[in-house]
Amino acid sequence: MTDLPLIGEAAAVAAHASGARGLAGARIGVVTFPGTLDDRDAARAVRLAGGTPVPLWHADTQLGDVDAVVIPGGFSYGDYLRAGAIARFAPLMSKIIDAANSDAKLPVLGICNGFQILTESHLLPGSMIKNDHLKFICRDQVLRVENNSTDWTGDYDAGQEITIPLKNQDGQYIADEKTLDALEAEGRVVFRYVGFNPNGSRRDIAGISNSAGNVVGLMPHPEHAVEVGFGPGSGLSGSAGNGGTDTDGLGFFTSVLNKLVGGAK
Amino acid sequence: MPRIVVDVMPKPEILDPQGKAIVGALPRLGFNGFSAVRQGKRFELTVDGEVTDAILAQAREAAETLLSNPVIEDVVNVEVVEA
Repeated sequence: MTDLPLIGEAAAVAAHASGARGLAGARIGVVTFPGTLDDRDAARAVRLAGGTPVPLWHADTQLGDVDAVVIPGGFSYGDYLRAGAIARFAPLMSKIIDAANSDAKLPVLGICNGFQILTESHLLPGSMIKNDHLKFICRDQVLRVENNSTDWTGDYDAGQEITIPLKNQDGQYIADEKTLDALEAEGRVVFRYVGFNPNGSRRDIAGISNSAGNVVGLMPHPEHAVEVGFGPGSGLSGSAGNGGTDTDGLGFFTSVLNKLVGGAK
Repeated sequence: MPRIVVDVMPKPEILDPQGKAIVGALPRLGFNGFSAVRQGKRFELTVDGEVTDAILAQAREAAETLLSNPVIEDVVNVEVVEA
């Protein structure tokens, strides 16, 4: 199954993903929990980047034959208790946790609610609490790629600024000072908000990684910026003119595909 | 039937955005005597039968592993309430 861009230049997407041509053999699992919203978008992003998305269900007891996993955004189990708190104990999550911590270092990307699940799973440190301004926020957000050596950021330049959508209520990243200092010292702050901190996150942190760099979590949504005509650069989403392109998020997915075949970096 | 009550509060050093919103709303209703509000959670775990030490220990473990997140919250109370 293939997806061609609905409008715009197909070649633009193809060129962006050129490093990942011929990677259809790479299988990227996309997890669906009860309440997940962005699983289809994540699967489509994998496909547009050249890989093969594999749907995974939260109640599955086996991870199956996947080379990496995306835990997408939305909600999980109504986010009762705390965002991600119950999802963390789903049967599939224990398999993902084991695989991420194993010698094979399964690449795992957690987006928004997926990031919350990764912190509740202790795959990533810290936690997310309600936005400091208490409102749901949805905007095109500029991020700086602070670390381009993780499994999910190899196709970006260090210090590159990208624009992708952000939409959350519980997006304020917090951790104690010691943890924050350690994250900074070890280069594990992978993304930082630029120009505007949308939720009060400590030290403008938008995303972090584990020490091995195979597990990455972030609040904004790269899977919503993978297609010409439907991303933040198109001016169609309410906050035009911020300098981003429509496909700034595609690099997450091409990065992991290139990593899986021992590619570019 | 006895219940085990578990109280969970945001850690003192963590800003509680919900508490902040509530303390802002109080004076608008004429409640002027309060300078700060922190909002926590109360869980009531019903036990069929007697609350043994083993069950209480389970409740304490559940409080630390599932009911609270030690990064942002403290379990401030675990107690048995009869009837």
